[in-house]
Amino acid sequence: MNSLYFEIFIGILKIFSFVVPVLVSVALLVYLERKVLGAVQLRKGPNVVGPFGILQSFADVIKLITKENLLPSSSNKFLFIFAPMLTLILSLIAWAVIPISSTYVISNINIGILYLFAVSSFGVYGVILAGWASNSKYPFLGALRSAAQMISYEVSIGFVIITVLICVGSLNLIDIVESQKNLWFAIPLLPMFVVFIISVLAETNRLPFDLPEDEATLVAGFFTEYSSISFGLFFLAEYANMILMSSLTVILFLGGWYPPLDIFPLNAIPGIIWFAVKVFLILFVFLWVRATFPRYRYDQLMRLGWKIFLPLTLIWVVITSSFLFYFGMLPN
Amino acid sequence: MSFFIKHIKSFTLFELMKGLILTLRYFFKPKVTLNYPNQKGPLSPRFRGEHALRRYPNGEERCIACKLCEAVCPAQAITIEAEPKPDGSRRTSRYDIDMTKCIYCGLCQEACPVDAIVEGPNFEYATETREELLYDKEKLLRNGDIWEKQISENIKSDSRYR
Repeated sequence: MNSLYFEIFIGILKIFSFVVPVLVSVALLVYLERKVLGAVQLRKGPNVVGPFGILQSFADVIKLITKENLLPSSSNKFLFIFAPMLTLILSLIAWAVIPISSTYVISNINIGILYLFAVSSFGVYGVILAGWASNSKYPFLGALRSAAQMISYEVSIGFVIITVLICVGSLNLIDIVESQKNLWFAIPLLPMFVVFIISVLAETNRLPFDLPEDEATLVAGFFTEYSSISFGLFFLAEYANMILMSSLTVILFLGGWYPPLDIFPLNAIPGIIWFAVKVFLILFVFLWVRATFPRYRYDQLMRLGWKIFLPLTLIWVVITSSFLFYFGMLPN
Repeated sequence: MSFFIKHIKSFTLFELMKGLILTLRYFFKPKVTLNYPNQKGPLSPRFRGEHALRRYPNGEERCIACKLCEAVCPAQAITIEAEPKPDGSRRTSRYDIDMTKCIYCGLCQEACPVDAIVEGPNFEYATETREELLYDKEKLLRNGDIWEKQISENIKSDSRYR
């Protein structure tokens, strides 16, 4: 009995060792985003709160918490409050299977990638519930757009993941990383890597695909009616999702915790740091893309998803599998 | 041939990469932000900011209550009442500017024959209540005392263009 309690305690400690860094890095990511956008536009970005303004997002969080939480009178109160919680929970529980080094992972399950895919698909529910429960036109339209967009791009993400899985022969995330010890999949599967990054931008509703929260046409999209900390939860979930998706990119394509070359000064650095650096680079690409490109029109977005990415990834699945089969390189 | 080039370009995301490189170059350029309350931009000597009523160096009010500024004011923000002083000189007994009406056109300054009413270089006079922006003579004279040095310098440096 005692050992059960002990195990639960250790489990909770492990969960906190993931969730707290994720939440802190969300705060830092928001700060980084404002800095990067500022720098690209020849501004300095936040630089007043704390050294270099690094505490800016903590100040913002305090501001959000102390604000009044408004409930629209015509909304469905339960769903309205439940939706942001669901969104945040879904973006956090996905971290259960993310391995940040060869040994450090909360739960090393054999269908890790499937679990991740399922959880990230669930993310649509938070958005739909928020849009529906608000009982207002802009959130509703935003939620519809978001749902359509996430589903469309999940198709191509699915095929990209299948391509990787064909090369690995396992659904376990640690196995996926370990099969990239010598060659990162980003190199042989470069087109898939690019498609994956673009689809992830669409999946996390980032610019240039942030149509669900298109300021110009939909005020703020599905969280138009939200205020105070329930808005903060959506915000947190969106950025936590960004970090999650970039770590997934690192795991699938950039060799997880492995250094780029297995030579002395590089492989002396611990794997967690390599993992963090790679995630940081992918996140920087997200912000960089946001600072560069204008927003897609909705039909262009759908055309890109269904008419370009879907056939492209489908063809690449066939090409990869026939290549591996022909040269007898199929794993097991 | 151009057909192939066009498609190769679109499949290698050539234009997108060009855009990304452009923004990356801007990312490393020196920034133009001023850290405002600590750092301020330059002001022209003709800058039209908060109003001030000036005095002669001996402490006598310049204003002679000619009411030209009141007459010229397009927003009718200035109210003047005048009466003779004990020494027989003509002076204002009331000189109010409603800063919420004022459009900062500088016509009062142009109209003034004795350079009494001027718009000084101060622009940081935001208040918490509306009433504080209804300036009276006392407030305007105090502004004049505070900003006199800069105001007279500005008038001097700008005088050859007038």
